[in-house]
Amino acid sequence: MTVLPLERLAAPDPRRQVLRGVNAGERAYRGILTVLAVLLPLLLVALVSELVASAWPAIRRFGLPFLWTSVWDPVAGVFGAAPMIFGTLASSLIALLLAVPLALGVAIFLTEFAPAWLRQPVAFLVELLAAIPSVVYGLWGIFVLIPFLRAYVVPPLRAALGWTPFFDGVFYGNSLLAGGMILAIMIVPYIAAVSREVLLAVPPSQREAAFGMGATRWEAVWTAVVPYGRAGLIGAVILGLGRALGETMAVTMLIGNRHDIGLSVLQPAYTMAAAIANEFSEATTDLYLSALFEVGLVLFVITVVVNAAARLLIWRVARGTAVGSRAL
Amino acid sequence: MTTAGLTDGRTVGQPDRGRRPPVWPSDHSTPIIDVRAYNFWYGGTQALFDLTFTIPRRAVTALIGPSGCGKSTFLRSINRLNELIPRTRHTGDILLEGVSVFSSGTDPVTLRREVGMVFQQPNPFPKTIFDNVAYGPRLNGLAAERDMPERVEVALRRAALWDEVKDRLRTPGTSLSGGQQQRLCIARALANEPEVLLMDEPCSALDPAATQRIEELLVELKQSYSIVIVTHNMQQASRVSDFTGFFYLGCLIEFGDTKQVFTRPGDERTEAYITGRFG
Repeated sequence: MTVLPLERLAAPDPRRQVLRGVNAGERAYRGILTVLAVLLPLLLVALVSELVASAWPAIRRFGLPFLWTSVWDPVAGVFGAAPMIFGTLASSLIALLLAVPLALGVAIFLTEFAPAWLRQPVAFLVELLAAIPSVVYGLWGIFVLIPFLRAYVVPPLRAALGWTPFFDGVFYGNSLLAGGMILAIMIVPYIAAVSREVLLAVPPSQREAAFGMGATRWEAVWTAVVPYGRAGLIGAVILGLGRALGETMAVTMLIGNRHDIGLSVLQPAYTMAAAIANEFSEATTDLYLSALFEVGLVLFVITVVVNAAARLLIWRVARGTAVGSRAL
Repeated sequence: MTTAGLTDGRTVGQPDRGRRPPVWPSDHSTPIIDVRAYNFWYGGTQALFDLTFTIPRRAVTALIGPSGCGKSTFLRSINRLNELIPRTRHTGDILLEGVSVFSSGTDPVTLRREVGMVFQQPNPFPKTIFDNVAYGPRLNGLAAERDMPERVEVALRRAALWDEVKDRLRTPGTSLSGGQQQRLCIARALANEPEVLLMDEPCSALDPAATQRIEELLVELKQSYSIVIVTHNMQQASRVSDFTGFFYLGCLIEFGDTKQVFTRPGDERTEAYITGRFG
């Protein structure tokens, strides 16, 4: 297609041309963007419907009890996803408990306390953690983290808290604790990076207001900077949670992959993502395959619910004022 | 650098280095702030040159001058807010009630409680109106929580904001109009019960009506506080201030009684600036 005639037409009054927006290139550009914008939601709809369709035999067979029964017997054709749902939520919770203080600490240190020459290098290194492939984390977990836990972490934990159900039983290595810790390390860069952006976006005038009222650096951070950015910080945590819920490879390598619900973090567990990755190739019957699809559907729904709840929370907390609320 | 304007007889209270100023006098005669040969640098750039003058007690002192002349830098030296900027340094001294604000015994946190500050842009916290005003007293442990409502009310009344917000103390401070937000920031500063109130172009973001409210407020507040206001608005300086200092290129060119500075300036640069020939 040649544009030349149009250009000639436009020549007498280019301003009017622009105002009307009847330039051919402009129209094509807008058309392409519209198609792309519509395509993405369509893709999502296609994905969900495919998921539901594939999971349908299992949904019809087991109904809602699929969510709270624990038997997973491919030979007998009985499937219940409760242990995997539990394992996913428990490992993500452990990851958040460990990662949030660390990541917020890093972000606050880098924006408020670190000397200028240290800020960029440390921020870069923290974000580099996100670039390490999941399987490498898994290997590192097996060869470094688990021996470390066995030698230095578990004995004192058991000595101090062995009487609680959370640190009961023998530690074999692969466990909820190991899986949760590797997840924590993996989501720290996400939470830290977003939190850092949020804290950087807090206007200096807020810090000055706090300092001007006689706040120390810590008081300024805790009473002015963090509250101002709270919506964005919640968003950062939810982003991390989303990553933790769906993370597959490293967790599969470390969590032990046992269909069991136990309170002890020293015991093996299973996650939904790990089950799908592990068992998909060996799912020989249609019902088995369908049950795995249903697990995928449950994981998808949980992720959507978590994100929706996060938005609701941010919307309520922020009331449209604090930074970061619009980014999420 | 030159302080020529200071030696022409129009200046008030060259520091009397022989005597310590008495504590808590109640008239203009004893200065609340005493600046002595103060120099200030941002990195290698000198921003303030050899400032020596005194700021009277219980009065409004206006600092005028073209942009970038060091007025705000000086203001932020008084409560040591400049220290938060890396690679700044100073020589000379600033005395508050006869005590150096830079001495090792002066805690910047305590100092900033005594020296309240209101900024150019209203910067309320994204908290309720009540919590904004209660911020300082809570931070500094100045009042028990059960006395807080009274303290908040007093501060809001002094800032002439009480009648407008008394029925919605639990709504966010950020929901107020610009002029109200600035008065909220004034109330927040007053809740600490400071001695000195520093105001850095407090009206530059406000419309004329809101500006007038703040100016009226300043005249009331000077009964109880010593106020230093930086302003670009010469009408404002002449309306509200008792004393005026003219800054130019980091130097204090002239300091004196506002009427004198505006009607019979001692330096031709002052005259050129206030008659609008530059700036």
